[in-house]
Amino acid sequence: MKSALILFPGINREHDMARALQRAGGMAPTIVWHKDTELPPVDLVVIPGGFSYGDYLRCGAIAARSPIMRDVIAKAEAGVTVLGVCNGFQVLTEMGLLPGALMRNADLRFVCKDVLLRVETTDTRFTNRYRKGQTIRTPVAHGDGNYFADPETLARLEGEGRVVFRYASADGDIDETSNPNGSIDNIAGILNARGNVLGMMPHPEDHIELAQGSTDGLGIFESMVAALETA
Amino acid sequence: MSIPNDIPITPDLVADHGLKPDEYQRILDLIGREPTFTELGIFSAMWNEHCSYKSSKRWLKTLPTEGPQVIQGPGENAGVVDIGDGLAVVFKMESHNHPSFIEPYQGAATGVGGILRDVFTMGARPIAAMNALRFGDPAHQKTRHLVSGVVAGIGGYGNSFGVPTVGGEVNFHRRYNGNILVNAFAAGIARTDQIFYAAATGVGNSIVYLGSKTGRDGIHGATMASAEFGEDAEEKRPTVQVGDPFSEKLLLEACLELMQTDAVIAIQDMGAAGLTCSAVEMGAKGDLGVELDLDHVPCREDGMTAYEMMLSESQERMLMVLRPGKEDVARAVFEKWDLDFAVIGRTTDDLRFVVKRHGEVMADLPIKELGDEAPEYDRPWIPAEPAAPVDPSEVPAPNAIGDALLRLVGSPDMCSRRWIWEQYDHLILGNTIQRPGGDAAVVRVEDGPKGLAFTLDVTPRYCEADPVEGGKQAVAETWRNLTAVGATPLALTDCLNFGNPERPEIMGQLVGAIQGIGEACRALEYPIVSGNVSLYNETSGEAILPTPALGGVGLLEDFALSASIGFKAEGETILVIGETTGHLGRSVYLRDIAGREDGPPPPVDLETEKRNGDFVRALISEGRVSAVHDCSDGGLLVALAEMMMAGGIGASIHTAPDDLPAHAYWFGEDQARYVVTLAAGGVERLLAEARDSGVAAAALGSTGGDALKLPGEDPIYLDTLRSCHEGWLPDYMAGRIATGSTTTD
Repeated sequence: MKSALILFPGINREHDMARALQRAGGMAPTIVWHKDTELPPVDLVVIPGGFSYGDYLRCGAIAARSPIMRDVIAKAEAGVTVLGVCNGFQVLTEMGLLPGALMRNADLRFVCKDVLLRVETTDTRFTNRYRKGQTIRTPVAHGDGNYFADPETLARLEGEGRVVFRYASADGDIDETSNPNGSIDNIAGILNARGNVLGMMPHPEDHIELAQGSTDGLGIFESMVAALETA
Repeated sequence: MSIPNDIPITPDLVADHGLKPDEYQRILDLIGREPTFTELGIFSAMWNEHCSYKSSKRWLKTLPTEGPQVIQGPGENAGVVDIGDGLAVVFKMESHNHPSFIEPYQGAATGVGGILRDVFTMGARPIAAMNALRFGDPAHQKTRHLVSGVVAGIGGYGNSFGVPTVGGEVNFHRRYNGNILVNAFAAGIARTDQIFYAAATGVGNSIVYLGSKTGRDGIHGATMASAEFGEDAEEKRPTVQVGDPFSEKLLLEACLELMQTDAVIAIQDMGAAGLTCSAVEMGAKGDLGVELDLDHVPCREDGMTAYEMMLSESQERMLMVLRPGKEDVARAVFEKWDLDFAVIGRTTDDLRFVVKRHGEVMADLPIKELGDEAPEYDRPWIPAEPAAPVDPSEVPAPNAIGDALLRLVGSPDMCSRRWIWEQYDHLILGNTIQRPGGDAAVVRVEDGPKGLAFTLDVTPRYCEADPVEGGKQAVAETWRNLTAVGATPLALTDCLNFGNPERPEIMGQLVGAIQGIGEACRALEYPIVSGNVSLYNETSGEAILPTPALGGVGLLEDFALSASIGFKAEGETILVIGETTGHLGRSVYLRDIAGREDGPPPPVDLETEKRNGDFVRALISEGRVSAVHDCSDGGLLVALAEMMMAGGIGASIHTAPDDLPAHAYWFGEDQARYVVTLAAGGVERLLAEARDSGVAAAALGSTGGDALKLPGEDPIYLDTLRSCHEGWLPDYMAGRIATGSTTTD
């Protein structure tokens, strides 16, 4: 799987993401500098986590307007797979590639811990290796992960099966105590209408080996590889 | 605003710069004339306690700092220790106490920033951070605000920078009411053939300024940190720096990228006393003079004077000496990362430190003497009075052992720190093998198999009672915590926090602690490779508890073989390694249950410590034990409770002490002890080997069930333990614990 990893100043989980891409996809990603204007030909574009531009102005707002982003939009419109994790998710919403917004965590504190996600749909290029309704363990590490969208947008997301992950209990219940940041309807990850762009707050790239506490995150990367092989 | 350079130097002005009359006389003798205003500022920056170690130097020299593993001991930005495979761990701990009390968020944030810079200045990429925090009485009106601000500041900086914050320690005690302690630790990995130092070489080489612009923040920060607080602490807010982790992250990447080229001769970060200290150090260490033209320094504000620029402690700045002709290579890297880059001076052969502004010489001082001739004091000291021993049978027993245990695991000092470490990104970089909450954090070195273990420890109440034993105990506890995860202890960094050294009893604490630390380091072959001293932690005459915090670093040949504290399976045998005598003096039981803070601390027998630890470490490396935990605060029963909570498995204890009161047996804080578990089949062999090695070991019971069952006591359920342990800190921070209802007196 050929991938490009976009590097903005302040991004800091590029190492973790590159390791996961290497492990699951067998190839190191091409690192693309934010001031570049053209992506190499790739199967996947990744915007990793971190604090692009120090989260100044608004998380992801400045990165969304970087020179490279024009080509990211073009690639997304052409159907290339795009994954945004954490700050990457924030950037994707700021670019308008995904609807809604990520607000300050409801308790106003940064949160880093393992959470459980319920896989809401396996009919995507990101989740075909999971079982529907399965709960997977991944860490979150963010201060602004509180997903919000207006009722109309939410209805569309739900109706079109675009809510991919929800924060859940071990039994798969969607409840308040499982929600680390106040996200509406416990939403942790969503797709664009076409199904080729995924944004999610948790970090699957940090749960790819048992030494890290779980390998549940690997499924997302393996799903993308599998989708590519069958495409 | 413009401050002339020729304003008259009055005794008041000298005093305002924290210089004593005899110290000023020393300046006059040294330069043979009255200093200019800028020069006075430079002397105050170089000669304050924080930068010159003038009260502690003669004692610090007695600490062991060498060993076959040590590549660089104290005196550089951080210590460097060989871990094999061509790699080194680079680490240091530093205090940011005074600023954090005045402005907790920025004080703590810039403390983290400073220590990270110390590590990457040497060419190492930071892989782990920790912090040792000490706050006042929870009932004190400022405590909650300070905890909240400090934790947010540490997280705010470290999370954004992108280093996992993997551990630390927190205490509450009224003696920190007016002086909290924020000690930040960082460690990084460097290649042993790519370590960078501060010493400049070559005459006429460019001195370049890198990073953020210089502003008026933090002027006299180091001088402020070298004085006691009075009632006017709030007024010192302008001396606190403001951190920008985003710039620091860029600075990290730019420095490491430039270090991959051959452009860098020497590098020094601008920390305490900013441009002054960094430039003087680079020149003095390289036996060279330095000439700076401040007109080229990138400034945040117009009209900054030489005095302000030399004393600013604006953050995220570096100074480098470049190889001739490499300026363009360096400029390209820094411009790529949108950072300022300016050639602001050059090295000279006259051993002078010359500072120019608008073409005028503002300072012209002998560079070596600025550091070397700083005053050094042999301050009078008196040893601490030995405390009368505490007879365990005279310490009241609790109504029930279980009640005392629940109170202890739910007390401010012993409760879970989850509320804190969940605000720190402890997983970034994907190498955190053991997360916060265990004996030591374990971080994998790149893709393994090696791992590094990190821990911070000191027990201030022990140091207060007996600085020598307390110093020994602090070293021993770090050594034990590293051992308990299976690591071989490599070396230490220290952060010595004390009150006013001009008081002989405080100086006695410092001297005693250093003696104890030195003794333990020698016995355990465990040198100190970096550190810092923070004195004058006093407000209105009341000093903090003596707090010589130590940061231990250990090496695991295979991270997969590390041990952790949680019980792993039902039906395993629980053993205690080490001897239990029921030492209650200065224990948390004595303080929190019996309401007394007296007695001597538990004695530390370093030979026993070494023997027991080596025994346990060997068991771990052979994979013969499933869970390991050291016994420290709260003794044996608290250790058992923590192992239960971490593993989600209860325990049935069969043995009861017959020659000791139960509360002394369970809560005594005897040293050199570990609790281990293993399958029943291996117990006999282990006990036989322990006998042969002269290590005390005894079976306590077995794991299983959902409660802690002690002979003759009601079961203590895991759920109850957990809710006590996890409850206090979130409740306190949410204001659900009424102020005044909790004290640690």
